[in-house]
Amino acid sequence: MIKKFVYSQKVAPYVFVLPFILIFLIFWSYPLANSFVMSFQDRMLGQDPKWVGEANYSKLFTDKVFLTAIKNSVVYMLGTLVLLIPFPMLFAVMINSKLMMGREFFKSSFFLPALTSVAVAGTIFRLTFGEMEGSLMNSFLGLFGVEPIKFLKNGEWSMAALLILACWRWTGVNMLYYLSGLKSIDNEYYEAASIDGASAWQKFKNITMPLLKPTTIYVTTISVYAGLAMFTESLMMFNGNNSPKNIGLTIVGYLYRQGIEKNKLGYAAAVGIVLLVIAMVINLTQLKFSGMFKKEED
Amino acid sequence: MGASQSKNNLIARIVMICFFIVLFVIIMIPFYAVALSSFKPGESLIRYGLNLSLDFKIMSFDNFIYLFTGSHDYFTWFWNSMFLTIAQVVLTLFVSAFVAYGFAAYDFKGKNFLFICVLLIMMVPFEILLVPLYSLINDLHLVNSYSAIILPGIANAGTIFFFRQYLRSIPKEIIQSGRVDGANEYAIYFRLIMPIMKPSFAAMAILNGMNSWNNLLWPFMVLGDQSKFTLPIGLKTLLTPYGNNYDLLIVGSFFSIIPIFILFIAFQRYFIDGMTAGAVKG
Repeated sequence: MIKKFVYSQKVAPYVFVLPFILIFLIFWSYPLANSFVMSFQDRMLGQDPKWVGEANYSKLFTDKVFLTAIKNSVVYMLGTLVLLIPFPMLFAVMINSKLMMGREFFKSSFFLPALTSVAVAGTIFRLTFGEMEGSLMNSFLGLFGVEPIKFLKNGEWSMAALLILACWRWTGVNMLYYLSGLKSIDNEYYEAASIDGASAWQKFKNITMPLLKPTTIYVTTISVYAGLAMFTESLMMFNGNNSPKNIGLTIVGYLYRQGIEKNKLGYAAAVGIVLLVIAMVINLTQLKFSGMFKKEED
Repeated sequence: MGASQSKNNLIARIVMICFFIVLFVIIMIPFYAVALSSFKPGESLIRYGLNLSLDFKIMSFDNFIYLFTGSHDYFTWFWNSMFLTIAQVVLTLFVSAFVAYGFAAYDFKGKNFLFICVLLIMMVPFEILLVPLYSLINDLHLVNSYSAIILPGIANAGTIFFFRQYLRSIPKEIIQSGRVDGANEYAIYFRLIMPIMKPSFAAMAILNGMNSWNNLLWPFMVLGDQSKFTLPIGLKTLLTPYGNNYDLLIVGSFFSIIPIFILFIAFQRYFIDGMTAGAVKG
């Protein structure tokens, strides 16, 4: 009887999606709902929670350290957008050109850094940006007569170091996204443009860029997400969650500091909710804008 | 006109290739530096940092000998990572593909709502759940267990999404003919559909495997017991302010990249398919 029920065509789809429903309820919806509740509480692991209303939020917006964390995360995210969208797009167009040789070789080798873990890549870059005269970056700058720099004790330099790490790891992957976007562009467009006497730049601007827009939207969306949620890169680069004057502190880093290191679960939950709101607002605005441009083109 | 055109093309070609060679060299420098430093004593790293100087006087195989024969936990971490990665990939793929088939093969009440939930998970950064999820894991007494790492992601939204896209291209006639032959709904999936999903399994195995092998933050939070540490956590503990473990840190980092590189060379296509799974294809 039960067997017949489970085997029926009506019930089977629910059996198939059941694992997702369970995981979604237990490990996603419940923690998310709990996060909202906790953000209005004063709460520590293993103790009874105390309701404090919006106190955590009003404290957050005057918390200078939190504002530093937001600034760092947003600057990092914007940096990855500026560096990891136009350049990979350009490299993909170049590698895709008929004139290029050794395509597969370059594609594979640019991809290699993406295979390294944050732990390994972070270690490498922490030592590359060491403050000693002989460390890689300082000895390179030394060639131009620059005095050794204490990179990881300076706000601008450490942001640069984090961005260089991101570029090293993700340029190749984003380039592959663009290459697969380029594959879907019909060659006829270019032939027609050639007959009309369009220059290479005109073709890039009027054909390639607009037709790569779906890829650009996708890459922007994941970059916003990853940029705002960045934490482990900073954790490795500064060898811990504490950096001088919090120059390497990110939003998730602050969430971790409050929730895990200081056991202030309610306050950390409020940080999480603020991050959720920021990520949603940016992504929805971005999607709305790219949708609006589409209408104009039609 | 034709001659100057081809001359221009030649110049453009040379400029482009030179440009890409320079880019290639820049990208390879960190790998070269690590490989080189794994032959140098850790002490020189503390004093001079990671660099490209080729000093044969201080270079030796000592670190490699220490890696393979010394008394340390490196290979405990290594095999823990290996075990966790394989377990996580097998279970996640099995469950996610099963779920994806439900979404792809049937029309049922609530399907659209549930699929929006899949998309929602993909859009919300996992990190915001760190604290409530940690307290849940604590309440469930799963701290220090690999289940705490595997379970929350076992029906992985991104993986379900990818499998569903892939399954949509499979003709429904296969399912119909299975029903005509009298097979039940699950037999149809396991015997007829799963075998033709092989390429998508390969791509997702690589993507999930990479994420699992490299995962640092969540395992670092839930695993407190040294004997359960994975490779990224272990390497992180070697990075101390005193630098007393640098002999092992660099050679260990170098050695941890090698298995992935070998897999990459063998299964390049699947790596690229897996890593760019979300890309918009025309």
